[in-house]
Amino acid sequence: MLQINNLHAMVGGTEILKGLTLSLNPGEIHAIMGPNGAGKSTLSYVLGGRPGYDVTDGSVTFNGTDLLDMPPHERAAAGLFLGFQYPVEIPGVSNVQFLREALNAQRKARGEEPLSGGEFLKLARAQADAMGMDMDMLKRPVNVGFSGGEKKRNEMVQMGILDPSLAILDETDSGLDIDALRVVGEGINRIMRKPDKAVLLITHYQRLLDYVKPDFVHVLADGRIVRSGGAELAHELEREGYRELAA
Amino acid sequence: MNAMLLPTRKDEAWRYADLDALARVWPVAAPEQIIVASGQAETRYLIQSAADGAVAIHQLAITLEAGSRLDFHVLNAGGAYGRVSLDVTLKDGAHFELGGVILGTGEQVLEIVTTVTHAEPNATSNQVVRSVLGGHATGSYLGKVAVARDAQKTDASQSVKAMLLDRTATANAKPELEIYADDVKCAHGATVGELDKAALFYLASRGLPPAEAKQLLLQAFVAGVFEGAEAQEALTSAALVKLGAMV
Repeated sequence: MLQINNLHAMVGGTEILKGLTLSLNPGEIHAIMGPNGAGKSTLSYVLGGRPGYDVTDGSVTFNGTDLLDMPPHERAAAGLFLGFQYPVEIPGVSNVQFLREALNAQRKARGEEPLSGGEFLKLARAQADAMGMDMDMLKRPVNVGFSGGEKKRNEMVQMGILDPSLAILDETDSGLDIDALRVVGEGINRIMRKPDKAVLLITHYQRLLDYVKPDFVHVLADGRIVRSGGAELAHELEREGYRELAA
Repeated sequence: MNAMLLPTRKDEAWRYADLDALARVWPVAAPEQIIVASGQAETRYLIQSAADGAVAIHQLAITLEAGSRLDFHVLNAGGAYGRVSLDVTLKDGAHFELGGVILGTGEQVLEIVTTVTHAEPNATSNQVVRSVLGGHATGSYLGKVAVARDAQKTDASQSVKAMLLDRTATANAKPELEIYADDVKCAHGATVGELDKAALFYLASRGLPPAEAKQLLLQAFVAGVFEGAEAQEALTSAALVKLGAMV
C-alpha cells in the first residue's frame, strides 16, 4: 500500500530524513518510535505534503502512484489521513461545515456524488457519538478552546468521517490522560483495524501501543530506521531506552 | 475648504484616495443626510458593488439624536475607486454601530472613512472593519473619533483588521482620537496579516483544494461583521461572490 524508499528530506536547509525505507501492506499497523529529533514529525509532514519539507532523494508510492507528486488535498482524496500532533485552531470555521466541504471535495475528486446536509450530519453524529464527543462541540469552530484531549478526539472524529485507507498518526497520544488514551486507542482500532486499511503510528511512548497493538515496530534514529521488530520491540525500548537500541 | 475644489493628498481624509479617479466624477453630490430621531433605532446597509472601472463615492452625514441607535453595515467591493465616508454626530446616550468589509483586488482603491463625533455625554460607538486585499489593491480605513469637551462617559471602540493575499496589496488602517473630555473610554486596535499557512495546510490535509480552503478562511475572517445585520444574507452572499473571485 505504502512504499517509502531511501527517503531523504530537508527542513530549512537541514537534512532530517537520511535514507528512510519502509513498506506498509493492507491490514497492517506499524509503529514508529524514536527519540526527540529523530525525524518522526518530519516523516509525517513529508507524507502529508506540508510546504517547506523538501524531498531531496528517494520515493514514496501510495497504491502504486507517486505520492510526492500530489498536492496535499489530492493525497487526502486518494485515501491518506494525517493525524496532527498539534491540531490547528481555526477561529470562525465550524467543524461540521469544514468537514462536510472536505468530505465532499474528496468525493468529487473520486467521482462520487456529494453527501447532502442530512446524510452528512447523520454520519458526523455517529462518529462523534463513537468518540464520546458532543454534537455541539462539532458545531463549534475547529479546535478553538478545545483541551489537548478534545483536539485528539476531534482528530479521530474527522478520521472516522473521512474514512481513509491509510492513516499517518503523529503522536496522537501526546497530551492525553489515561481515559482519553483508551478512547483514542479504541477509535483507531474501530476505524482503521481492517483488512484493507493500514496505519503508521508515530509515537514517543509505548503506552498507546497497549491499546493499539502494532504488527511491526520500527526505531527511527537520526533520519533512518535503525531497527525493526514485532510488538515486543516496543516493550524492549521502554525498558532499555533508545540509546542502547539505536547504537 | 471650498467644496468645489478637488481634494489633494494633503487633506488627511483623502490621503490614500485615487484622486485621478475622483477627478472623473468631481464635484460629487453633497452628503446624504440621515437623522435618527430621539429614542429610535434604525438599521442601514450599503453594498458598493459598482461595475469594473467605475467610481463610486458614497458620503453620508448622520445625526443620532439623544438615546437613538443606528446599525450601519457596508460592503465596499466594486469599481476602480470606491469610497464610503460617514460623518456621524452622537447626542446624549446615542449608539452608533459600524460593520464594514472591504474586498479589493486588481488595481482597486477602496476606502471607508469615518468621523464619529461624540458631541454629548454617554454616547457609545463601535466600529469593526475587516479588509481582504489581493493583487495591487489598496484598502483603507481612516477612522476619527472626536470627543467634545463635555462628552463624559463616552465609550468608543474601533477594531480594524486587514488580510493581504499578495505582498503587492496595500492596507492602510488609521484610527485617530481627538479627546477633550476626561472621563472617556476609547479603544482601538489594528492588525494587518496574511492567511495562516498552518491552517491552510490543515484544511488541505483533510481534502480541501487550495482555493476552497482560502475561501473558507476568508469567509470566517469577514463573517462576524455582518452577523445580526438587517440584510445579513444579501451582504454575506455579495461578499462570498467577490471572495470567490479573489482566491
